[in-house]
Amino acid sequence: MNALNKLVAIALPALLLAGCELGMKEQEQVGPRGTALVLISDPDSKAKVGEVPAPPYELTADMLTGQKSREAYQNVQVLGDVSVDEFNYLMQAMTNWVAPDGSAIKDAGCNYCHNPENMASDEKYTKVVARKMLLMTRKVNAEWVPHFAGQQNAGVTCWTCHRGQPVPAYNWSTAVPDPATIAGNKRGGNTPSKTVAYSSLAYDPFTDYLAGKESIRVGGKAFPTAASNASIQSTEKTYGLMMHISQGLGVNCSYCHNSNNFAKWEDSRPQRVTAWYGIRMVRDINNNYISALGDVWPANGKGTYGNRRGPHGDPLKVNCATCHQGVNKPLGGYKMLKDYPALKGSYDTAPAPAPVVAEAPAAAPADATAETATQKPAA
Amino acid sequence: MAYQNLFTQVQLRGELEPGVPLGPHNDARIGPFGTSWLMGKLGGAQLGPVYLGSLGVASLIAGFIAIEIIGLNMAASVNWSPIQFVRQFFWLALEPPPAKYGFTANVPLNDGGWWIAAGFFLTASILLWWARTYVRAKELGMGTHVAWAFGSAIWLYLVLGFIRPLMMGSWAEAVPFGIFPHLDWTAAFSIRYGNLFYNPFHALSIVFLYGSTLLFAMHGATILAVGRYGGEREIEQITDRGTASERAALFWRWTMGWNATMESIHRWAWWFAVLTTLTGGIGILLTGTVVDNWYLWAVQHGFALEYPATGVIDPSTLPGAPQ
Repeated sequence: MNALNKLVAIALPALLLAGCELGMKEQEQVGPRGTALVLISDPDSKAKVGEVPAPPYELTADMLTGQKSREAYQNVQVLGDVSVDEFNYLMQAMTNWVAPDGSAIKDAGCNYCHNPENMASDEKYTKVVARKMLLMTRKVNAEWVPHFAGQQNAGVTCWTCHRGQPVPAYNWSTAVPDPATIAGNKRGGNTPSKTVAYSSLAYDPFTDYLAGKESIRVGGKAFPTAASNASIQSTEKTYGLMMHISQGLGVNCSYCHNSNNFAKWEDSRPQRVTAWYGIRMVRDINNNYISALGDVWPANGKGTYGNRRGPHGDPLKVNCATCHQGVNKPLGGYKMLKDYPALKGSYDTAPAPAPVVAEAPAAAPADATAETATQKPAA
Repeated sequence: MAYQNLFTQVQLRGELEPGVPLGPHNDARIGPFGTSWLMGKLGGAQLGPVYLGSLGVASLIAGFIAIEIIGLNMAASVNWSPIQFVRQFFWLALEPPPAKYGFTANVPLNDGGWWIAAGFFLTASILLWWARTYVRAKELGMGTHVAWAFGSAIWLYLVLGFIRPLMMGSWAEAVPFGIFPHLDWTAAFSIRYGNLFYNPFHALSIVFLYGSTLLFAMHGATILAVGRYGGEREIEQITDRGTASERAALFWRWTMGWNATMESIHRWAWWFAVLTTLTGGIGILLTGTVVDNWYLWAVQHGFALEYPATGVIDPSTLPGAPQ
């Protein structure tokens, strides 16, 4: 009896605390005090910032000039405007990023995409995909600048998502639809699912929001209007997407939102604008590049290199975690593009990014605190 | 023998007490069944007799049907796997009909109709139980305070699951059955309607809820503290000097300058408890029907503080914004 009591006394608190992250948390105040605008993180469970591989060799300035690759090689459709030297340099880097030599990946190295007998041939579907991904990378770097806060050399390379794997570790595909009957019907949620932080929310917020262009916004005006029609169920789907973003970036809600009114832009942090562009960027990537490849993606079970589609038959697509991998700035914000100018696309000729923050941004949190204190009515 | 009070009372064993005789138009009681040492540690040691009656039987049947509908729907959702039913129990749900059905009775069973059916039987069960508390209190010559307090909780329940969905014209506004699903509903509800913390009736409800726990702690502690003078025999001591009752009153007059009486403390407690769900129900009913965003409403009415803007502009309002 005594032993049993002891066992219960030890096991019960352990079980109750099993979901807790014990230990000190790090916190950072990011808004006026009393508004819960604090970023809290657990140093023990923080995602590790990914390593950035060194370039294959140094790309010197004189390598950027000289014969264009489209003159030296056949069937160069995207990178024809770069020099032969830079082209080869980039091919070497791409190999390291996606199917590195010496890895366990089948046909690792050049042969993952190319027929070694005829490098110009498009017979391998992976080469067709790689070409589309190059177009995508250039589009992202040239036109989705607001997502990178307009910083020079901030942007993506293949490594940002791939990290040495042919298929990025974090991807999604449309969930298999629920049956028409109640048997096996989870109503698209009510399941401990990692995509929505193990809540019971809808586990596929991606199809409608990151491929489809359904409105994510649910908040209304002070009083109901004709437009106030977002249901609780669509709110829960939005909530699910937000849980994904929170997990994918390793941040709290207050990284972007002021929790006093999640919907209000004027009280939000500038990061919310970055995220807003990010969502549109992901839609562009999923619809105009990944899904646009259509039947280039082999049917499941038919591909040489494994499955590239989800259970519902749609290709594996990207969400926030694909690049971010639990870190608010992928790869710690390392500006990889400085070593790979060919991936910038038409960056220099792209229109200036739209202004995302008004002329007079709020003062630093510390000042804002003082400001607010004077405006508060006497308690 | 140790000193006897509320928690160390002698557990009597002997002939079981059947209770007062019942008047006409009553059903027979069931029991008494016997005594339990463990239950005697928590309260009276005798179990039963129970008055079930036709209202009680009807209520239990309706409640059983409701629980069956909910449980079997949840079991179906995991393909009738008992293991998955237990593993995922906290996540499983019986969801109300989706928004496309509006507020109509014509909903297929497998698309929310079962939710309406479960809600109907659960409501029937609760209302029958309410009638039972009313009739039994009358039969014992009591006031009907318990029934009206229960009625206040039923008001909130009906607002959440029926009255507000009716006013919003959509079953989809109602709460799902399920442990985590109803919690997720609560969080989504607050976010959808601009933060329920700025709903003044929600605020009142919280005041009465926390106030109830405070009053309960104060009253419970007071009576336990004078248990050594027989404080649980409150009323019979009320006019005498030196009794537990006077000491309890003096304690509060000395510490906070004023004391409730042995009678009024129970009115305080009753009203705090009743007002919790009464004001809560009003707050829920006004949400979405009259106020769409409680934060903006509160700022407009000087109820919430507006903080300095951060300078962020909604990017969708900028020219050439992507979709």
